[in-house]
Amino acid sequence: MSPTEPRAGLSDAALVAAIRSGTESAVAELYDRYSAVVYSVSLRVLGDTGAAEDVLQEVFLQLWRNPDLFDSSRGNLAPWLAVIARNRSIDVLRKRRPESDVEGVLLPVEPDMAGDADRAMAMTKVRTVLGGMPEAQRSALEMAYFEGLSHSEISEKTGEPLGTVKTRIRSGLLTLRKAFET
Amino acid sequence: MSGHEQFAEDLALLALGSLGGDERLALEKHLRECAACRRELESLRGDMALLSFSTGGPKPPARSRERLMAAIAREPRGSAAPAKRWWMLAPSLAVAALMLVIVLLMKQNSALRQQVARMDYDAAAQHVELRRAREVVSTLTASDAMRVTLVAAKTPPQPQGKAIYVRDRSNLIFIASNMPAAPPEKAYELWLIPASGAPIPAGVFKPDAHGSATVVNPPLPGGVEAKAFAITIEPEAGSATPTMPIVMVGAGE
Repeated sequence: MSPTEPRAGLSDAALVAAIRSGTESAVAELYDRYSAVVYSVSLRVLGDTGAAEDVLQEVFLQLWRNPDLFDSSRGNLAPWLAVIARNRSIDVLRKRRPESDVEGVLLPVEPDMAGDADRAMAMTKVRTVLGGMPEAQRSALEMAYFEGLSHSEISEKTGEPLGTVKTRIRSGLLTLRKAFET
Repeated sequence: MSGHEQFAEDLALLALGSLGGDERLALEKHLRECAACRRELESLRGDMALLSFSTGGPKPPARSRERLMAAIAREPRGSAAPAKRWWMLAPSLAVAALMLVIVLLMKQNSALRQQVARMDYDAAAQHVELRRAREVVSTLTASDAMRVTLVAAKTPPQPQGKAIYVRDRSNLIFIASNMPAAPPEKAYELWLIPASGAPIPAGVFKPDAHGSATVVNPPLPGGVEAKAFAITIEPEAGSATPTMPIVMVGAGE
């Protein structure tokens, strides 16, 4: 085990490289940066602090065991961890074995979220965009993302036509994209 | 995405994991053939990830960090368990890995055999060369060797010395014949006369009963150009500088 301590201020990619060489403190550094995001997503999906803590642990252990699963050339670490946490939380919610394809999670997210200020700005922007959406559209997006419901389940739950649900979800995602393009 | 509008909404659902059944199968089939839709799917996954940042609950308790670091300490690098989705493939992966190892070992074995064969050949050649060198030296220096100096007919035997010197290796072999015995408590001393500078001692010797003597590789400084070799009579322990007169001398050809 390398006792080398990662220096503060290292990039996510450098810290992942340090994990690859077995530096435990690099996991601690990334945990300090992103545990709040990972935990928040898990808690939102699961609604249970104990279960959310379990997912939090699992996500960072997975990063420790298989740092190569994250490709820093294809996106940022924060959204990658958040999506892994979301997928795993939905697996837990549905009481099914882990089936999310971690390797397939490629996230070309443009905004850099390595810094606290960057993340805070991204959070504010996402909340603003969601807050500006029609209630039905925001709700459809949240049911799909945080509850893991299929479009037909959302349709059944809301009583809206399947096509409407599909359109709302797609246009909601495109609205988010547009907000981060400007 | 123009031309693929029929898949546009389904792509968003697939990104969210909300598409199932026949629609998912049809879209996955299309994705295998359509790079533009694959790129759009990636973009939609990125858009979807942004939803994660709409959450803002309490931070995880401190015990979570301690628990994580304790778990990591129990799993040092190298002993990490493989990803769960891989373990079901373990037997076939193991067989494939074993086959790969076998092929690599066979190749390595073949290369090593060739290397050993080359080394055997080199060793045998060196052995032959060494044996010949030893034979030459032992013949030159054997006390029971018969040493015959051929001279013109009807010429009385004359003291004779033959020096063979290789400058670059500082090797010197000297063979003398028909030498008269050295005076009591004296010996002959061979000198290397360099192209410039003082004579260099090149070995002390006493002829045997037949007047023969050899000097093989005396200690010499490296790379000295020899102008000539000479012999003087010196005390048995040898001298640092030659004592006149020179009893024998010969210049290089």
